[in-house]
Amino acid sequence: MILETLSIIFLVLGAFFSITGAIGLFRFPDFFTRVHAASITDSIATLLIIIGLILRTDFGLIAVKLLFILIFLLLTSPTASHALAKSARHGGLLTMAETRDDKNKEAH
Amino acid sequence: MAVFIDLMLLGMLAITALRVIFLKDLFAVVMLFGIYSFLSALIFVNLDAVDVAFTEAAVGAGISTVLMLGTLALTGRKEKTNNHKSWLPLLVVVATGAALIYGTLDMPPFGDPNNPAQQHVAPRYIQDSPQEVGLPNMVTSVLASYRGFDTLGETAVVFAAAIGVFSLLGLPKRDRAAIESGLKSHLVLRVVAKLIIPLILLFALYVQFHGDYGPGGGFQAGVIAAAAIILYALVFGLPLATHVLQPSLLKVLAALGVLIYAGTGVVSLFLGGNFLDYNVLASDPIAGQHLGIIIIELGVGITVFAAMLAIFYAFAGQAERKNIP
Repeated sequence: MILETLSIIFLVLGAFFSITGAIGLFRFPDFFTRVHAASITDSIATLLIIIGLILRTDFGLIAVKLLFILIFLLLTSPTASHALAKSARHGGLLTMAETRDDKNKEAH
Repeated sequence: MAVFIDLMLLGMLAITALRVIFLKDLFAVVMLFGIYSFLSALIFVNLDAVDVAFTEAAVGAGISTVLMLGTLALTGRKEKTNNHKSWLPLLVVVATGAALIYGTLDMPPFGDPNNPAQQHVAPRYIQDSPQEVGLPNMVTSVLASYRGFDTLGETAVVFAAAIGVFSLLGLPKRDRAAIESGLKSHLVLRVVAKLIIPLILLFALYVQFHGDYGPGGGFQAGVIAAAAIILYALVFGLPLATHVLQPSLLKVLAALGVLIYAGTGVVSLFLGGNFLDYNVLASDPIAGQHLGIIIIELGVGITVFAAMLAIFYAFAGQAERKNIP
């Protein structure tokens, strides 16, 4: 019963972060803020959802498999976000603050 | 609930497909194709067809996205504008579509358990495969034993695709001088890649040999193992990857897998059975079936691994050659 409630709380929180990530992906102004929003869905939302799912198993083989998936995702998805952001920097994309500075310089 | 999820996924599938038609940026189209494959995989999961979903996720969303990106690196990312008149193709498509829809009117109702498709051989497989083959995963029994000849054909198709790419593009040469290339500055990527590549290979072996008991098998395992080496090539550079796994070795491996598969069939012929009849491989028919299925799945895995990796090598080698001069 307690496990059930806990699992529901985790799942709802996970769903909430998924939705905020998705909204952020559409509404945020530039690439880097969008990567930030997308990486929220990748990291915290999957973490919460998988913990919520583990609480629903009988802590046998399925829980272990879910744990493996969790560890794998925690390793790979931040790396993927990092690679995205870094390759954008490499390609010469500026953050919003930097673009603003550039414009100010031109104005002066 | 399942119907609701199905409708949602099918709707998203239709939206993705429409977007693919109207987008001119091929890079985004490739990404949308990946999403399309993932959505189909989800639909297959919802239909309880986990083996197919696994294959779709690994092959459709994983490796073919990488291969299409490799193609884009050679061809450029903008679609060519065409100046053809569009009404004639439209007319042809509408007429064909109308004929197809008219044809489906005579078909039995969708998803009805009494359909000929469900009544033809499926009940026999479901009833007799626990006694005849004895594998917990019935999909593998059908794929590798009852329909072993079809799967041999599929493996040969993968092999033929690799041969086609070899003869068109050629494989990259081993180049000792260029080993020190790759994404040198990307420390995070290098560390994480080193960390997870062994895990990916381990998972590929698990999928390969666990296919008898759960979802998995040679096709998925081969693709996953190829993905691990592709990741290695992307992070540490193609020259180093070709140094570790030589292109000439891949040629041999691709042929070896098909040889193992067809050879199993020939061996069973010599032992007095039909082609690919595994019953005669051991004294006990069921043990023979298990042995035969493991061997031919291994053959499938080797061929798929070598073919996918060789196709990637060929594309990446061309792209590097184009960039260097």
